[in-house]
Amino acid sequence: MIGIENIVFLLVAALGIGLFVWQIRKIRKNVLLGRDVELADNPSERINKTLLVAFGQQKMFKRMLPAVLHLFVYVGFLVINIEVIEILIDGIFGTHRILGFAGILYSGLMAVNEVLAALVIVACAIFLWRRNVTELPRLKGVEMRAWPKMDANIILIVEIVLMVALFVFNISDLKLAQLRGAHIAGAYPISSLLVDALGSDEASLHVIGRVGWWFHILGILAFMNYLPSSKHFHIIMAFPNVYYSKLVPKGKFTTNPAITQEIKAMLDPSFQPPAPELDAEGNPIIQRFGAKDVEDLTWKQLMDSYTCTECGRCTSVCPANLTGKLLSPRKIVMDTRDRMEEKGEHPAIYHPNHYKEMGVERVDVTEEKTLLRGYITPEELWACTSCNACVESCPVNIDQLSTIMDLRRYLVLEESAAPASLNAMFTNIENNGAPWAFSPSDRFNWADELYVPSKN
Amino acid sequence: MEENKRLVKVPTMAQMAANGEEPEILFWVGCAGAFDDRYKRVTRAFVQILEHVGVKYAVLGTEESCTGDPAKRAGNEFLFQMQAITNIEVLNAYNVKKIVTACPHCFNTLKNEYPDLGGNYEVIHHSTFLQQLINEGKVAVAGGEAFKGKRITFHDSCYLGRANNIYEAPREVLAALDADLVEMKRSRANGLCCGAGGAQMFKEPEPGAKDINIERTEEALATLGTAGKGVIATACPFCMVMMNDGVKNKEQEENVQVFDIAELIAQAEGLGK
Repeated sequence: MIGIENIVFLLVAALGIGLFVWQIRKIRKNVLLGRDVELADNPSERINKTLLVAFGQQKMFKRMLPAVLHLFVYVGFLVINIEVIEILIDGIFGTHRILGFAGILYSGLMAVNEVLAALVIVACAIFLWRRNVTELPRLKGVEMRAWPKMDANIILIVEIVLMVALFVFNISDLKLAQLRGAHIAGAYPISSLLVDALGSDEASLHVIGRVGWWFHILGILAFMNYLPSSKHFHIIMAFPNVYYSKLVPKGKFTTNPAITQEIKAMLDPSFQPPAPELDAEGNPIIQRFGAKDVEDLTWKQLMDSYTCTECGRCTSVCPANLTGKLLSPRKIVMDTRDRMEEKGEHPAIYHPNHYKEMGVERVDVTEEKTLLRGYITPEELWACTSCNACVESCPVNIDQLSTIMDLRRYLVLEESAAPASLNAMFTNIENNGAPWAFSPSDRFNWADELYVPSKN
Repeated sequence: MEENKRLVKVPTMAQMAANGEEPEILFWVGCAGAFDDRYKRVTRAFVQILEHVGVKYAVLGTEESCTGDPAKRAGNEFLFQMQAITNIEVLNAYNVKKIVTACPHCFNTLKNEYPDLGGNYEVIHHSTFLQQLINEGKVAVAGGEAFKGKRITFHDSCYLGRANNIYEAPREVLAALDADLVEMKRSRANGLCCGAGGAQMFKEPEPGAKDINIERTEEALATLGTAGKGVIATACPFCMVMMNDGVKNKEQEENVQVFDIAELIAQAEGLGK
């Protein structure tokens, strides 16, 4: 029976979904600020990787406890969302538990949902404990300023509240059915234990049930619209980000073809480099070497920053960070997102984080409105050993190292701003063909006076 | 003993080409292998093994030049490509097919980054090459120093391990020694960098609480235990420098030695100095 409540619901749901689509378009626009890069090769390998790493959470299981707790929340999210489909149909058409016709299947789904919802509550409570009471080291750091901290807590608390709303709805439904002696579709192992928790006044039970139902669905719509402003956006971005992640060995860094053309022209005067691409007004596009700002990074590197969950696994294994250097791979990724949203579009709830405003003194950023120096300092970049520990540790295949390297390239190729000792190393390679100041004519001296036992 | 050993004349590609010959493998020595006093001993040990098993090999000698790895990791893509393109010209001129190197940085660059610039070779790190020799029975790992029961811990090189997923080859080489192989807590994919990668080898560390090689050496020493002497095995010239410095810093030179896996095999095979 379609009544006023259903029309209101339809409007609210349409509004929520519309707002979400509007935000997604903004984020898409931001990501496309990045340079183009071709990453569509080997679809079958990419699908496999997505199934293993994103759907299968493969890399989470390097750390057992958070992996299991996260699995509860992840599976809970996936399965309980099937119920959201029912909620949407019920809401629009004024039906009640429309999928109930599925009989035993429906009972199974409802039972699993209740168990998962309880596990989600337990997991989120433990996560809150780890974050705020035992203060796990990797959940702290200079980049974990007011907004990221609050964001994490908001998500955990909202998830608990949503699950509680689900139970309230189920309990009141069960009790009402019991009072009326009616049959109710589904099985409710946890709610049936708590069936008397809400009293037995039919009118108020009905109200409580409706409030629980509305709260759950409004909560989900609000949560969906909160995602684009939050680290929790990873629940969507993890999948494309893993799909488009690097398939070649981690040690293979990108090669800039524009530089190859220049060198070939230098070595061979008859070589004709291809004409530079032209912009809309017919002027040649001058490409920067390396990255100074977000538009110099690729769309994949920008997508990385929207995928980051700020879990800190990368920073916790970074040899530079472990030994007290300023570099934190997580900060590189978070800074990229902040700068991108400062420069491009920003989602509904936008929190720029400026280190100076947050009173963080160690990161000596300047007033420059660029990713380099305005957010990420050369000192951080020069602390990197390119060891790939951060890349290896990331559960959603973010490539922190590629961004670090592109920023380094800008410092060296466009500003000649390498540390003096590295400039000396460059000079040695240019002059002697070795990073040290040895004469190339001595290169074969190691072979002098070398003996082996003779076989006879 | 003099009469029992022979002087090795290391063949160069230029000589081979002059004789109209082609070697089975090119041994890419690398700058550390050619100039660093400590790592020259590794180069010599590896050549002793090559001579011992009778592989047809050659080196570039003075025609070799830096692969460009340190320049690339430091952000100097221009200098890297200059080096790479000139090296590829030399390698292609000699029609090189297969390269073996003892340096994971050279290995990674030659194998992964040269193809984009026109250099396509089969590139093998010496850990994989030694593993093959042992598996084929060409190296018996006998007749020399006995390592049975000796505590050895292997330090993973980032450019061999995470960068190229080679974790088992060096371990299998060490397993042939029948030594007491102990693993550090952070090993294989979770291995901790020695601190030299990304061109850190050529600069002072950024300000911090501790040097990375000290952190790693402490872990290695703790793994080897205080009971007696032990060996930190490496498969990379930069790791070798960093771990040696770490052991010196901890004043443990008397108890703990740092060796490349090729040196350990040469010693076990009785290939001497």
